[in-house]
Amino acid sequence: MGGIPHDHYEPKSNFTKGMEKRLPVIGLLYDTLMIPTPKNLNWMWIWGIVLTFCLALQIITGIVLVMHYVPHEDMAFASVEHIMRNVNGGHMIRYFHMNGASLFFIAVYLHIFRGLYYGSYKAPREITWIIGMLIYLLMMGTAFMGYVLPWGQMSFHGTAVITGLFGAIPFIGESLQIWLLGTPNGAVGNPALNRFFSLHYLLPFVIAGLVIVHIWAFHTTGNNNPTGVEVRRTSKAEAEKDTLPFWPYFVIKDLFALALILVVFMAVVGFMPNYLGHPDNYVEANPLATPSHIVPEWYFLPFYAILRAFTADVWVVQIANFLTAGIIDAKFFGVLAMFGAIAVMALAPWLDTSSVRSGRYRPQFKIAFWLLVADFIFLMWLGAMPAEEPYASLSLVGSTYWFAYFLVILPVLGITEKPTAEPTTIEEDFKAHYGKSSGSSATPAE
Amino acid sequence: MFKKLSTGVAVALALTAGSAHAAGAGGKVTDYDFSFEGLFGSYDQMQLQRGLQVYTEVCSACHGLRYVSFRNLADEGGPELPADQVRAYAKNYEIWDPTLLDGEGDFREAAWADQFPVVTSAAAPDLSLMAKARAGFHGPYGLGINQFVQGMGGAEYIASLLMGYEDPPSCAPDDFDGSYNTVFAAGGYPAECLDENGEHKYPGSWIGMSQPLWGDDVEYEDGSDASQEALSKDVAAFLMWTAEPKLNDRKRAGFVGIAILGLLAILLFFTNKALWAPVKRRVKEQA
Repeated sequence: MGGIPHDHYEPKSNFTKGMEKRLPVIGLLYDTLMIPTPKNLNWMWIWGIVLTFCLALQIITGIVLVMHYVPHEDMAFASVEHIMRNVNGGHMIRYFHMNGASLFFIAVYLHIFRGLYYGSYKAPREITWIIGMLIYLLMMGTAFMGYVLPWGQMSFHGTAVITGLFGAIPFIGESLQIWLLGTPNGAVGNPALNRFFSLHYLLPFVIAGLVIVHIWAFHTTGNNNPTGVEVRRTSKAEAEKDTLPFWPYFVIKDLFALALILVVFMAVVGFMPNYLGHPDNYVEANPLATPSHIVPEWYFLPFYAILRAFTADVWVVQIANFLTAGIIDAKFFGVLAMFGAIAVMALAPWLDTSSVRSGRYRPQFKIAFWLLVADFIFLMWLGAMPAEEPYASLSLVGSTYWFAYFLVILPVLGITEKPTAEPTTIEEDFKAHYGKSSGSSATPAE
Repeated sequence: MFKKLSTGVAVALALTAGSAHAAGAGGKVTDYDFSFEGLFGSYDQMQLQRGLQVYTEVCSACHGLRYVSFRNLADEGGPELPADQVRAYAKNYEIWDPTLLDGEGDFREAAWADQFPVVTSAAAPDLSLMAKARAGFHGPYGLGINQFVQGMGGAEYIASLLMGYEDPPSCAPDDFDGSYNTVFAAGGYPAECLDENGEHKYPGSWIGMSQPLWGDDVEYEDGSDASQEALSKDVAAFLMWTAEPKLNDRKRAGFVGIAILGLLAILLFFTNKALWAPVKRRVKEQA
């Protein structure tokens, strides 16, 4: 491994020496845990641990739930109620799992926006970023399929709406929808419930695999840090001025943050477990009664707003429709826009032309970034609103800014903007923060 | 960065949670006080027993409680009826048992371990989960803030609906289906009562269920208030229990969890401080 120079594991006893020759697993663990980490990491670098915890929490609670759940259209809803009423501690396990999904997405959005602000996606960390985006896509797929399983009204009709999107793909859409749902008329039913259940169990393990690759990738390049300045690598002594080993310094710091976050999580689970859910999902699925207002879970809302923003009367849609001789209609355009919104984010490493990594030293970028955060929240609100004016026009404004940020602002700002001075080393940044006589804060940097 | 983003997240969650429920033009749901509200709130055993009586004597004619078992009536945190009373109560119900008559099936008296029968005769919805399947408090503007402060309000919705029957406005034709209810949003609405923009002139809509509670519909043994409002609140509290029978347990787990994790957070805070102190001191000395 390239990376930052540091001490590697030296087996001492005969057993560990023998072990290291045969299966160097102790050395692997040691090197992973003792990885040199920039000492100026701030509190936005804790979300990785929170996300790892969420994945473990969802897998463990999920495995227990599966022991009592029945994936059948006639029994799924009743089996969830069985878990809530008759299984020992079942109501807590289910509420953990339900709200765990929300914690997972809160953490992943903060993690992604942290990466966007501090330029963590830039060379040489593009692969880390791309794998992260894949993990995020898989998370959305997993969460969507998991929401189908309780077989409530919103599960059922939400599935019908989202799988209907595949029907919008030209030529193959209809066949694809039938293939996905497993019923001859492309209706949501028992086959869909069964395959979504199967995939909902499988995908978290794929995510776990990708998480290992994600960690491997950034352990090779080293962590980014709030300055965006790289750790000095010419010698071990120099590297040690910029870094501290992950264990114990960052493990303890991250665990402290995790414990605090779990206090809030516990308060939500204990006192308002249904706050982020939807009442309609406590009504068993009924194909004949469509809820008046179908909305996805909160974490899908920004992209749902983008999906709905492009209606047939928007001029870009009309142009696309004209140019493709009607192959791209409004519905398909919406689908392309929704996936495109994530695709442009994944392409950020190549769209951002700035040679300065961290947004901290880019005054104009900062404004554009915070507008993007505001835009994200704005779109989230719009996604929950009914499909009518003024929300439709506002969604279009919000979607436009989302695309403009990645496709116009990032490439242009890198050329036009005049960045402020960066520190030359991480050590310098750390000193500037803690060297001050007043600095008694427990917060490292920022 | 951290503060700004966290505030953003908090705002986003408050904005979107429950904003989903913004649709519908229901009337005003009254914020009745219930014993199970708030951090320390728990079910009032006597109220649940009274609510059970209202359900049994009035609601059960048309509505089932399919997810509740008779034995649950003896559970801690519920109505906590003595076991012998539960067994006697169950005998009032007949359930279908497919194992009887050599597999042909037959009706028999319900017992301790059976669930309340499914009632489909009046096409009325099952009430087991009604208090979680309806939200009382929406908005403002889909912001979900009302829910954050007042809770989901399912029980308030039920009580308000039961209190929401009024004489229909004069615009409605006499033979219009259903009863006028100022809280119910999902029912029929006569075209005569729409204004020129097609908006409802009066809150609520026409509900299939005729007014079930008028006051003094049941006689409480302990002489408790049996006004229409008291009965509505009692049965709403009972239905909150049928929807969320583990509420008391859940809140207890919440307190224990917060206490343990809070203690862990405090210990980790000091561990972290002690761990980083020499690193920071060294920097200060060099400066």
